Amino acid sequence: MTVLDVEDLRVDIRTPTGRLPIVRGVSFTLARGTTLGLVGESGSGKSMTALAIMRLLPQAADVSGAIRLHGEDLLQADETRMCRIRGDRIAMVFQEPMTALNPLHRIGDQIAETLVLHRDMARRAALDEAARLLDRVGIREAQARLSAYPHQLSGGQRQRVMIAMALACRPDVLIADEPTSALDVTVQAQVIDLLRSLVDEFGMALILISHDLGVIGRLADRVMVMYGGAIMEQGSTKAVFTTRAHPYTQGLFAALPGRGARKGRRLAAIPGTVPAPDALPAGCPFYGRCPRGQDVCRDNPPPVVEIGGSRAACFFPGP
Amino acid sequence: MLALLVRRVIGLVLTLLAAAVVVFVVMEVLPGDPAAVMLGVQATPETLAALRTELGLDRPAPVRFATWIIDLLQGDLGISYTYRVPVAGLIAERLTITVPLALLSIALSTAIALPLGILAAARHDRPADAGIMVFSQIGVAVPNFWFALLLVLLFSVTLGWLPSGGFPGWQAGIGAAFAALALPAISLALPQAAILARVTRSAVLDALGEDYVRTARAKGLTRAATLRRHVLRNALIPVVTIMGLQFSFLLAGAIIIENVFYLPGLGRLVFQAIAQRDLIVVRDIVLLLAAMVIFINFAVDVLYTLIDPRLRGQRT
Repeated sequence: MTVLDVEDLRVDIRTPTGRLPIVRGVSFTLARGTTLGLVGESGSGKSMTALAIMRLLPQAADVSGAIRLHGEDLLQADETRMCRIRGDRIAMVFQEPMTALNPLHRIGDQIAETLVLHRDMARRAALDEAARLLDRVGIREAQARLSAYPHQLSGGQRQRVMIAMALACRPDVLIADEPTSALDVTVQAQVIDLLRSLVDEFGMALILISHDLGVIGRLADRVMVMYGGAIMEQGSTKAVFTTRAHPYTQGLFAALPGRGARKGRRLAAIPGTVPAPDALPAGCPFYGRCPRGQDVCRDNPPPVVEIGGSRAACFFPGP
Repeated sequence: MLALLVRRVIGLVLTLLAAAVVVFVVMEVLPGDPAAVMLGVQATPETLAALRTELGLDRPAPVRFATWIIDLLQGDLGISYTYRVPVAGLIAERLTITVPLALLSIALSTAIALPLGILAAARHDRPADAGIMVFSQIGVAVPNFWFALLLVLLFSVTLGWLPSGGFPGWQAGIGAAFAALALPAISLALPQAAILARVTRSAVLDALGEDYVRTARAKGLTRAATLRRHVLRNALIPVVTIMGLQFSFLLAGAIIIENVFYLPGLGRLVFQAIAQRDLIVVRDIVLLLAAMVIFINFAVDVLYTLIDPRLRGQRT
């Protein structure tokens, strides 16, 4: 059952010097109980795609395309409607648990706020529900913890609080933007396990944004590799991870410090840096850093080719 | 929380003592004989000697300091040399004008600055923001005594609505007293409001850019609800800091403004005392002003801990 259907999503930022394309024609569908992994370097448009779905982009951004939640196009919804949807039907967990919670409010109140807002609950009942949520995300002595302030919790606990807050109204779609990037490795694994069990239990759809292929591989059913605001390759996690049809996907995997990494030896890296949105070529955004780049890549948008179950936007795909 | 308060109170007492030492030492190292300074060049040796005894100048400095402090603690501030009345009564009388003036100014300044600053931040980069910023820039640039003269020209000379100076006394009725304080309070408040509005605006803008604001919006709170519930309290800390600092400028401003408006307040008293070389009065008022600033800083510290839970129950 399709919960979210994104079609040809485009985001442009208006600047004094012109319009910068940040997201360029992203399309995907998301089914109930599945996880979509969004992977790519910083500046590839992952977070902007997420914020566009939340309709929380800066005011200087123009959005076009369609974002359908159960068939309702969110881009046509007014702000009042979006305030009802945010936190209720679509919720989001952010990267920095240190700063994403309000330092002046008790965590119980911060979780209860969502319930009071969307479920019309009394504060007392909302706090009881908040305690159940905290318990569910693995915070011990949840009842006592309700009155804690964010600075009294560890990073991992704060991220659990963020997740409890996002889960409060049992959303259809949960967007997790780099939920583990700011955490210690051992805590990362716990949070990933928690997210996986929550997807199974609540049957929600999860959009997981990460630059970490390991995290994506453990959680995602499907993967979307983004670069320069466009989708480079997408498919089932298994197909994308084994086929690696797009040269950019191959570059990401080659840059992993895997078994081949040894002390003193340089790690493989993709040469160059992500180009600024106003410096992208007319054709493939990866042209210029791509080992297979030809003139045709620079001037023409690449065709989408399916190889081994994975769909890559490339003139010269293949392992 | 209690331990923190105790530490703050101890700090307060020590700071007050340090201020008293500074005031005493400054008076002590002033060149010349205080008695000769107070009496002028035509004083006879007999009157000089009498005043020296009255001032206790025949005793060593540490003894005089200790006597001063002990007397202060008992509410005895000495006898004014020029007025020939107890300084305590003199100051108490003057405070009935200066304290209401200061409170009125702070209330006015806060009532003007906070709404304007918040509005400017909420309407960032739009006409309302630009307009508020232009007016506050003018307010920052204009000195308060010049502004006071303009107010007198408009409201007293041209319109005749408010008195141009003087104070009828509280016994003349609340209305008349407040009418006399209105223009001085506005002159003191507006330049401060201009600065405070700018600080409020930037504090709110800073808070609006924080991650927890995005979290609040992602929960489904409207922009207005986010501002009310998550932004304002966070923006309060820099605002309270500046309000505390502004208090000392307010006291300094009161000395000028009370002279412009012929208000018999503390500022005018210290001004006259300096002109008449009444060092006893000067010494006590300077210490009182220092104590007021120290108390306000203490209040600001306590406010911080009320606003921000991160400052409670931790070492400072």
